[in-house]
Amino acid sequence: MSNGMPRLDAMHLDVLREVGNIGAGNAASALSGLLGTRVDMKVTRVMSMPFNEIVDFAGGAETPVATVYTRFDGSIAGNILFVIGIDQAMALIRHVTGAVEDDGISEMGFSVLQETGNIVIGSCMTAMSDFLGFELLPSVPTLAVDMAGAILSFSLSEIGRSADEAIMIDAGITPEGASLSGGSGRLFLLPDPESFGRMFAALGVRIDG
Amino acid sequence: MANARVGIAEAAVVRNPDSVTTLGLGSCIGVAMFDSVNRIGGLVHVMLPSSSLSKTKDFNAGKFADTGVPLLLDMMLKAGASKARIVAKIAGGAQMFAIGGGGDSVLRIGPQNTDACKAALKKLGIPLIAEETGGNHGRTVELFCDSGEYEIRAIGKEKKRI
Repeated sequence: MSNGMPRLDAMHLDVLREVGNIGAGNAASALSGLLGTRVDMKVTRVMSMPFNEIVDFAGGAETPVATVYTRFDGSIAGNILFVIGIDQAMALIRHVTGAVEDDGISEMGFSVLQETGNIVIGSCMTAMSDFLGFELLPSVPTLAVDMAGAILSFSLSEIGRSADEAIMIDAGITPEGASLSGGSGRLFLLPDPESFGRMFAALGVRIDG
Repeated sequence: MANARVGIAEAAVVRNPDSVTTLGLGSCIGVAMFDSVNRIGGLVHVMLPSSSLSKTKDFNAGKFADTGVPLLLDMMLKAGASKARIVAKIAGGAQMFAIGGGGDSVLRIGPQNTDACKAALKKLGIPLIAEETGGNHGRTVELFCDSGEYEIRAIGKEKKRI
């Protein structure tokens, strides 16, 4: 089996959780500003998981989701995704536009999802970049609405060059209010295996292997 | 009839009356092989085009087209399929996100996977008799060993058998 992933102990996981909290916290407050509602952020989890479990964790390979994806490069590289279930995506569009999307997602609806993802991902990247002291160079975020497995396996393909598992930093970002009930938006951060060493070094944490 | 499921970078071989499936292919490819006399069918879920992309020496052969396709052929032969009769069908290789998102080589992984699977089949002399590749949508596939039909399901699209 391939073993390109760094070995992390409890302290490393704590540090990654903190990186995730800082990014997701900023993303949640930016989203709150956009929507004019309270946005709850669930405590960030850090998990090392085989690819197939990541797909299950996201709700199952065939579950339809709306996802905004960005690849970031710079001192550290990886993928970041904002994933929301299709029902919640519909509720989000309804909340922003006031229009009910009953015949699939309209062009306006796609714009709402795209813009929401841009803000969540952009503000997360900014906070992480400040915290780590790195310049992160994100690509233009792009939106897809499709099966979770199709989207996630694509975003794991770069990591697949080194490993069969990924270290995933996961935060729940859930806008509150009746109009947005049901399910949670998720922010998945998937750094490339080679980036962990640099991330820890920037924060003064040692890593072996 | 039982249904075997393969995940990312996995492969399985089954026989009539069973089927083998993989869920949610995006840029990945589901390479199916079938021997219509013995009714033995196999499926591998390939993630990347070439093992030369691997950054580690040891890797899971099912993950790459150039190693995953030979792996599946080997499994088919071990299960009793005849190489002269084995044919292949492929599906997947979508581009899930529009180009313009930067890192174009990464975003083009779907078409690269498709080309690499075709090249790997050609190298082994296995005829590719049908494909459902490209586009920008995810696919669930299932190979039925009673008929050799390869079913493709996608969100908001008619079920298709090739």
